Amino acid sequence: MFVWFHKLASPPFFYRFAEKLAPWLGWLSLLVILAGLYGGLWLSPPDYQQGDGFRIIYVHVPSAWISMFAYMLMATAAAIGLIWRIKLAHAVSAAAAPLGASFTFLALVTGSLWGKPMWGTYWVWDARLTSELILLFLYLGYIALNHAFEDRRTGDRASAILAIVGAVNVPIIHFSVNWWNTLHQGPTVFFGPKAEMPPSMYIPLFIMMFGFMLFFAAFMLKRLQVEVLQRERNTVWVRELVEQS
Amino acid sequence: MRLTALIERDLRLAYRRRGELATPVIFFVIVTALFPLALNPDPALLRTLAPGVIWVAALLAVLIGQDSLFKTDYEDGSLELMLLSPITLEWIVILRVFTHWLVTGLPLVILSLLMALLLDYPTHALGTLVMSLFLGTPILSCLGAVGASLTVGLRRGFMLLPILVLPLTVPVLIFGAAAAGRAAVGDPVAAPLYFLGAMLILAITLAPFAIAAGLRISLES
Amino acid sequence: MKSWHEFITMGGYAVYVWSSYGIALVIMLANAILPGRQQRRLLKEILHRMNRGERSE
Repeated sequence: MFVWFHKLASPPFFYRFAEKLAPWLGWLSLLVILAGLYGGLWLSPPDYQQGDGFRIIYVHVPSAWISMFAYMLMATAAAIGLIWRIKLAHAVSAAAAPLGASFTFLALVTGSLWGKPMWGTYWVWDARLTSELILLFLYLGYIALNHAFEDRRTGDRASAILAIVGAVNVPIIHFSVNWWNTLHQGPTVFFGPKAEMPPSMYIPLFIMMFGFMLFFAAFMLKRLQVEVLQRERNTVWVRELVEQS
Repeated sequence: MRLTALIERDLRLAYRRRGELATPVIFFVIVTALFPLALNPDPALLRTLAPGVIWVAALLAVLIGQDSLFKTDYEDGSLELMLLSPITLEWIVILRVFTHWLVTGLPLVILSLLMALLLDYPTHALGTLVMSLFLGTPILSCLGAVGASLTVGLRRGFMLLPILVLPLTVPVLIFGAAAAGRAAVGDPVAAPLYFLGAMLILAITLAPFAIAAGLRISLES
Repeated sequence: MKSWHEFITMGGYAVYVWSSYGIALVIMLANAILPGRQQRRLLKEILHRMNRGERSE
């Protein structure tokens, strides 16, 4: 088992593995998301306070969760790449970044669309949304730095440092934004306190989160294949691969 | 011993470039002065805005100053010599950041008194304002140095630097401006100041490793 | 459990709910389709350069 794991770090082995696995994950994610949508949009009853408007939660919360998860994945892969000098780890970071940034953006947009009918404005400086906004900036900074270097390897390593510094900062940022938010007594954003959420609400939510995770896994693998190809274009195995296809 | 020699050398070099190093300070003054011009110079309004304005201006000024931290040494090759030095790079780096702060950040702390005057910031709160900047600007210098170490080899690194560093500085801004703001209205300021202190210690202990790693990566090509 | 009408109008919140889901769909579709396209384009490009006997970079 450990040998197989070790093999995974080899780009050609991983590439073929991803080629086979990604479609399965992709289609599975579609099924799970459809199931979640059925439960969330059709089966679960309207909220007594927010009516049918609360249903945005089924995209907003999974997006926000993925945005955080992707950043932590990015930073962890970056650290692994730096410490053990595994090129594939850097490719994982580079692959996770645009996907993570997309979900951060989605979390912000859906949070904003949720805010308008609930609290009257499209943007509210509450702790959650503000933290997500800063997270988006962190992602964009990583992507910008990664692409700023001519030598891809240097770019990977430089942005890896940035990702790690960012990851250390994220809890501090969250804490400070929360603190700042309580100071100014903004509207307490009702994202559904977990204790009070009925099963008809949180079961579809968990299904959606699982579906989003599968989606992330599937399409991060696809993007990872692209990143690997770009980094390994001159190697023998890529040439053989191209000749075969 | 060797470390004080490093500080002396850095200070001497900085003195030779004092024109260049005055930029952040001048920037700070101009930016602060822009706000009353852009808004209403009504003293009551300025008083409310003063902590935030001074803090944002200081933040941006420190960031502007980071470009000169390693750039000149990179261009004349002395940065590579630093990496080859027998002295641990992390020490060289933290002392460099320290002297840079002495020359670019500390003047901001002192000048903030003047800026507070311009913005009708209450005099009884000046101590806290200065304290918040005294604790906060070194943290900003450390964070800026991390960004500088990663972008020193890039041609347009100075444009990328703010994008990379600003999100990281948000906690410093929040606690610093909160301390200054609360002092102005008489609220207790211990909490934000302690948080700033904690972040300062964290920055001083961790940043050198990130900065040194960044320099090694930037120079390996 | 609900009527189609309730589903479409989302109790008056239709604009917000459906815009959210619409944007989510667009973003997720983009992330699903674009990497595959990039991959095929890259493979083609590498093959092309190989045939011309060049090193691709």
